[in-house]
Amino acid sequence: MSRIATRFAALKKEGRGAFIPFLEAYDPDPATSMAILRGFPRAGADLIEIGMPFTDPMADGPTVQRAGQRGLKAGATLAGTLAMVRDFRREDDATPVILMGYYNPILSYGVERFCTDASASGVDGLIVVDVPPEEADEIEPSTKANGLDLIRLIAPTTDDVRLPRVLAATSGFVYYVAITGITGTRSATTEALAAAIPRIRQHTSLPIAIGFGVRTPQQAAEASRIADGAVVASALIDTLAATLDEQGRAKPDTVRKVLDQVRALSDAVRAA
Amino acid sequence: MTVLNKPLPNSYRQGPDARGRFGQFGGRFVAETLMPLILEVEHAYEASKKDAAFQAEWRRLLKDYVGRPSPLWYAERLTKHLRSNAAPGHGAKVYFKRDELNHTGAHKINAVLGQILLAKKMGKTRIIAETGAGQHGVATATACALFDLPCTVFMGATDVERQQPNVFRMKLLGAEVVPVTSGASTLKDAMNEALRYWVANVHDTYYCIGTVAGPHPYPAMVRDFQSVIGEETRAQMMAAEGRLPDALVAAIGGGSNAMGLFFPFLDDESVSMYGVEAAGHGVDTDQHAASLTKGRPGVLHGNRTYLLQDEFGQIQEAHSISAGLDYPGIGPEHSWLHELGRVNYVHATDQEALDAFQLCSKLEGIIPALEPAHAAAYVMQLAPRLAADKIIVMNMCGRGDKDIFTVAAHLGVKL
Repeated sequence: MSRIATRFAALKKEGRGAFIPFLEAYDPDPATSMAILRGFPRAGADLIEIGMPFTDPMADGPTVQRAGQRGLKAGATLAGTLAMVRDFRREDDATPVILMGYYNPILSYGVERFCTDASASGVDGLIVVDVPPEEADEIEPSTKANGLDLIRLIAPTTDDVRLPRVLAATSGFVYYVAITGITGTRSATTEALAAAIPRIRQHTSLPIAIGFGVRTPQQAAEASRIADGAVVASALIDTLAATLDEQGRAKPDTVRKVLDQVRALSDAVRAA
Repeated sequence: MTVLNKPLPNSYRQGPDARGRFGQFGGRFVAETLMPLILEVEHAYEASKKDAAFQAEWRRLLKDYVGRPSPLWYAERLTKHLRSNAAPGHGAKVYFKRDELNHTGAHKINAVLGQILLAKKMGKTRIIAETGAGQHGVATATACALFDLPCTVFMGATDVERQQPNVFRMKLLGAEVVPVTSGASTLKDAMNEALRYWVANVHDTYYCIGTVAGPHPYPAMVRDFQSVIGEETRAQMMAAEGRLPDALVAAIGGGSNAMGLFFPFLDDESVSMYGVEAAGHGVDTDQHAASLTKGRPGVLHGNRTYLLQDEFGQIQEAHSISAGLDYPGIGPEHSWLHELGRVNYVHATDQEALDAFQLCSKLEGIIPALEPAHAAAYVMQLAPRLAADKIIVMNMCGRGDKDIFTVAAHLGVKL
């Protein structure tokens, strides 16, 4: 069983949902970003999502855009991101790691080579935002051959006709985009989520995680209760960004502040 | 004609395929939130092609509102000037397809009116657009005024600065202009921001894309609407000269005016075609917008195409004196035609475009936009190389009123 399946199965036994924090690779520098990644599991991360910086992140709001720009300025590459995962795997072989990014850097690296290297580095799944099921043959053969889950986004606009098709192209877990919009802007209401998740469950037995607009411990707890997991990204990046000095450099308390927030979010999910 | 019995396996006019691909280029590389809407646009567009009332209304607007057909003008003084510098018996005859005479001053309005009719048919009540030089923004704002639709135009903050007259025009027309400050604050970033806005407002908003790029069906749809340029040129050339032209020349940013001129001629082997990319300070510097000359295939803004990018697949900033050509990508059909070798993609620098801008103004009394000034710069190289009995048609796709401040600044003139 994959790390992702194992982890969701274990959480199901515990009777709670997953907490999935996000970090942008190399934001604001490789060492800080690595320290945050290392600290995630002990602060309560059940799965981890790492953003791969891209110059033109179409689905992301200003917070993640700026994180990506800081990462790129600090020299982030796909190879560098995979190296972070390899380092992480030396001390943690259980926490699933999912990479999220856009297609062009992967295309440039070479799809087949990237999937081989990602798998060898200890990556468990990929989210490639701008490769919808219609273009799945671009990447699916390589993820399958390398045992990587291809996690797909389901949006409120994904209708019932389309839903089975998207789910058929999904493995690992389903990422429900809670709002029609970009990351870090608005939040969905509890009612909207409570209606959306059962609609997806009718078509799949895969775990469902909710992302986009999940910011507070209360929202994370709610999302993990309604679905099987909650992804928090922009709220953590906002915390990180607020600690940086005027030149955009990390300060001594940067890592601690982000991990404190991870702990608070994780505690809320565990108590839900 | 025996041609009728032949299949057309080699037609260049059959793309895109069902996946929106021209060869390996094109496609639908968008986030899931947009995908259902992209499919809806595709279905609506396919239906509109067979909808006689839709087509008749679009044609009526082109005729009575835009002022089509635009004239085909024999640029006699320019032709004579270029002949005077050519070897004996050389110096092709130069015609301008005068799409700068369209209402709003550029070719953009052709596809905008088609798309706004489509948006109305789809029941959308808000229109958004991206713009570089501002011509597409002005055309969209114009159509929205005509059809009483709220309009938001995303424009890079850099372009807002250098295209003030068009910003003011859009506002006069009732549009909201949103300056975009991410990235280099130019056309690419305006398109990112328009896509982000669209994702958040899919229920009531139609995204009116200005060029033959973006996810399928936009490249095909904008091309089809712009093909009115080439269709008219063909008929006008037959009337004027009794034959097809030998060469077509058009400037390329995203490539909509070029695609519109070229498409109806793609299967006419005798017609050679030249797409002129913006070379900025030169294609051997890092300050240009020549995606085909210096880029390589990648995926951006919903389609696979040639892009200016670094070795890691990060998109690079383009540069051109012309805000309308300042884009690090190009329409996917151009990438396909480039690889097939059907169209020759060449380039002209900022300086060459400025020279052509002035020459064209003085010799023909036509102040071109900086975009077609790039095409004119290439015509100045091409015409003297061709025999005097050859015919070139250049797409004069926009007028230069919007550029006089930029040009004056480059010439050291204070207005």
